[in-house]
Amino acid sequence: MFQKLTIEDCLEVERRNLVKESLSEIGRVDGVLKSFITVLNEEQIEVNEGPFKAIPIAIKDNIVTKNIRTTCASKILENYVPPYDATVVRKLKKAGFAIVGKTNLDEFAMGSSTERSAFFVTRNPWDLSRVPGGSSGGSATAVASGEVVAALGSDTGGSVRQPAAFCGIVGFKPTYGLVSRYGLVAFASSLDQIGPMTKSVRDAAILMQIIHGKDEFDSTTVDVKMDFLSHIEQGIEGFRFAVPVEVYEYEGLDKEVAERFEECIKLVEKLGGKVEKVKIPTLKYAVATYYVIAPAEASSNLARYDGVKYGLRIEKAGLKETYSVTRTTGFGEEVRRRIMLGTFTLSATYYEAYFNKAQKVRRLLANDLNAVFDRFDAILTPTSPIPAFKIGSITDPLAYYLMDVFTTFANLAGVPALSVPFGFAQGLPVGIQVVGKRFEDPKVLRIGRSIEKFSPYNENGRIPLPVVRT
Amino acid sequence: MRFKTVIGLEIHVQLSTKTKAFCSCPADVFEMPANTAICPVCTGQPGALPVVNAEMVDYAIKLALALNCKVNEYSRFDRKNYFYPDLPKGYQISQYFYPLAVEGYLDIDVDGTTKRVRIRRLHLEEDAGKLMHEGDSITQAKYSLVDMNRCGVPLVEIVTEPDLSSPREARIFTEKLRSILRYLKISSGDMEKGALRCDANISVVDVEKKVSSNRVEVKNMNSFKFIEKALEYEEQRIKEALVRGENVEKETRGWDLSTKTTVSMRGKEEESDYRYFPEPDIPPVVVSRERIERLRFSLPELPDQKKQRFVQDYGLPEYDASVLTADEWIANFFEVCVELTKKPKETSNWIMTEMLREMKEFESEELKIKPEHIAELIRLVDRGEISIKTAKEIFPEMFRTGKMPGRIVEEKGLKQLSDEHTITEIAKKILEQNPHVVDQYRSGKTNVISFFVGQVMKQTRGTANPKIVNEVLRRLLER
Repeated sequence: MFQKLTIEDCLEVERRNLVKESLSEIGRVDGVLKSFITVLNEEQIEVNEGPFKAIPIAIKDNIVTKNIRTTCASKILENYVPPYDATVVRKLKKAGFAIVGKTNLDEFAMGSSTERSAFFVTRNPWDLSRVPGGSSGGSATAVASGEVVAALGSDTGGSVRQPAAFCGIVGFKPTYGLVSRYGLVAFASSLDQIGPMTKSVRDAAILMQIIHGKDEFDSTTVDVKMDFLSHIEQGIEGFRFAVPVEVYEYEGLDKEVAERFEECIKLVEKLGGKVEKVKIPTLKYAVATYYVIAPAEASSNLARYDGVKYGLRIEKAGLKETYSVTRTTGFGEEVRRRIMLGTFTLSATYYEAYFNKAQKVRRLLANDLNAVFDRFDAILTPTSPIPAFKIGSITDPLAYYLMDVFTTFANLAGVPALSVPFGFAQGLPVGIQVVGKRFEDPKVLRIGRSIEKFSPYNENGRIPLPVVRT
Repeated sequence: MRFKTVIGLEIHVQLSTKTKAFCSCPADVFEMPANTAICPVCTGQPGALPVVNAEMVDYAIKLALALNCKVNEYSRFDRKNYFYPDLPKGYQISQYFYPLAVEGYLDIDVDGTTKRVRIRRLHLEEDAGKLMHEGDSITQAKYSLVDMNRCGVPLVEIVTEPDLSSPREARIFTEKLRSILRYLKISSGDMEKGALRCDANISVVDVEKKVSSNRVEVKNMNSFKFIEKALEYEEQRIKEALVRGENVEKETRGWDLSTKTTVSMRGKEEESDYRYFPEPDIPPVVVSRERIERLRFSLPELPDQKKQRFVQDYGLPEYDASVLTADEWIANFFEVCVELTKKPKETSNWIMTEMLREMKEFESEELKIKPEHIAELIRLVDRGEISIKTAKEIFPEMFRTGKMPGRIVEEKGLKQLSDEHTITEIAKKILEQNPHVVDQYRSGKTNVISFFVGQVMKQTRGTANPKIVNEVLRRLLER
């Protein structure tokens, strides 16, 4: 059954035309799910020789693809066709992967539900009345439903991990600087990382093996070569785990999510891990810090969409009016809110009080985490305090932002973080987050692999996946 | 003196690196067809990222060292945010919080005295593109076009302390800076081509009343002459306002070539908030001590050092040494000439007067004149084979055609007549033809000798040796 195939399955089985099967599956379910903004037809799909030849993969539509429209789910880039490939795209193509389409997201990756796409809402394959999470919601649903074998997302404050958790798949945000951002349309440059979204931890490791490494076009990448696979099965005996007390103190934590988390801690202990509760005092400032820094950088990153060079232009009599009408029409409400927020916190009058203070808190938080990682191999939290919610049910921006309570700190500190599925809450998938030390990405995946391998919720030794009926 | 003028400069220098500041497009885009030297990075395509050009950093460090700056081992790029169609990313990558270098100085010669002008900071940034307005007027144009070739061309910005006290000093400073840029081979320094751009802040202090005017920024001064002219105009405008007791607006004014005045461009209330913040796409620039020392070691002899050496080694007056060392090509030319002539002062005279006058129309690369020409010319004069006058006459031809002076002299029959016998014969004839002038001389009006000299020169087509002519005439007349 194509829908359940992992990358590893594709390698093992003598294969039929996987690209065709992927397209046919997309044709069957995507009218309902709406994972894709752009689906290529068979002739448009580039298939290169390589170890992963013709394995269908989806790319979040904020990662540029040469000659394939890249919209960021925004009206301002609705017809933008990039003149170049992102580094990750180039690497995947070279390895043989076949890019079949570009997935939906919250406009410019600003959101946690994919409801803020300028085009349409994507539905959670476990319950079509619910959101898939976001912002990489389309990539999450495309993988969970089996439209493709794997996908790439981007994670600025949880945008790979949270939709992975909501859709019951694996999502990994690497150490900042491990994967090139060249060709990732910038939201908040100091926080953005591209990461794999897959049906198994081993698949995430395979994709990481391909996409990581120094890129001469992204000077924030680090020159390290990692082996993600050779130790992945070696277990976690003797590993020490920190559980922040702040998780328990968080009032919005869903009861069943908390139960799964406790079960997971028990499992980790059973596998030989030592779990300890720790206090990370700066953790409670993570969301506030994030929502100063991310919009500030975004306000600058999104300045280029001015109607002059590419994208939407609504011509008015004068320059200022053209700018203003183009941008007001082209950007959605959430994007405009963040641009205004960021413009405000960067203004000369408020720079010290907001942006600079947030930078300081960010450093303190990173220091706190470093201290934790001196004593522990990883931090465990639920990925999201709640499971997937009903489409349209959260309208207050602050309540919406607070969903990022357990994810943003990993971006602020630049550390690797994985979401791995672990059971259900109200019948919806729950994700456990494993956060590690900078550049200990293989260890994070190894821990995730142990949780995945011994999860009592597996079906036939695998992560359970939803079946989409149309 | 009732008024004291205070001027500080902000100078932008285009670096002549092979590639742009943050991408691999060529940096020398002057007169290239519009939008042919562009890529995803310098046109601000979504997802593109800047990568620092190491050569650019080296060039800027060299300049910082030549300007006696402290080079910071840690500097950083920042974003300067504003909207304009020539700025594709909506921000300019610059260095605001931690510049590459600080606290330098440059000594300039003002009427024989040395003045030290302090440098506040020196930092790197990228250039913007160019707008072309239909019909050439920004307000009337139906549309405007953007040429992005210049986007991302590396610039160094140099900010001086307000140490300059006259428009002339501002010009001298900028000229000296250009000379250093050319010695370092890091910029063409051509103001006309925009490779060197100078903005000035000027204020005038009324010393008697102990009040200072507001500071006015002056832009658009795109030649050395206009720096002086624009600032002179502005200085006068401010003084007059102070005399009338009027307030001088804090504003930005531009030099208007057609009216030879400065006109207001924008006032204080239109100042923007650039929302500077650290550029997250570029890691901090960390420059090791070793790299700085290596670059320091690689610096060529700079104009001031060369000038001192010319004074010491060749015994030249300070003035000559300054003029000769202002341009490295001239300085080198001079030194090769002196090797041949062993006569520094005479060589200097020929180069400073005749040669520099001829050179105004030419670029040094296209010159046909070689040190051998100057050396032979001096030798011919020294040996009395031609007069100085003849030498000056044939200079332009020698300069333009590259013919050796001896050959020109021969072709034109300009060889100096030094044979005393021949000159005496000619002089005798002239004296015989003008007996009444001879009488005048002999009755005491000795200055009529110049009439006879002129006549001899005329007959010999200027080739007669004037010294011998004088001697011969005096002898004949006093007999």
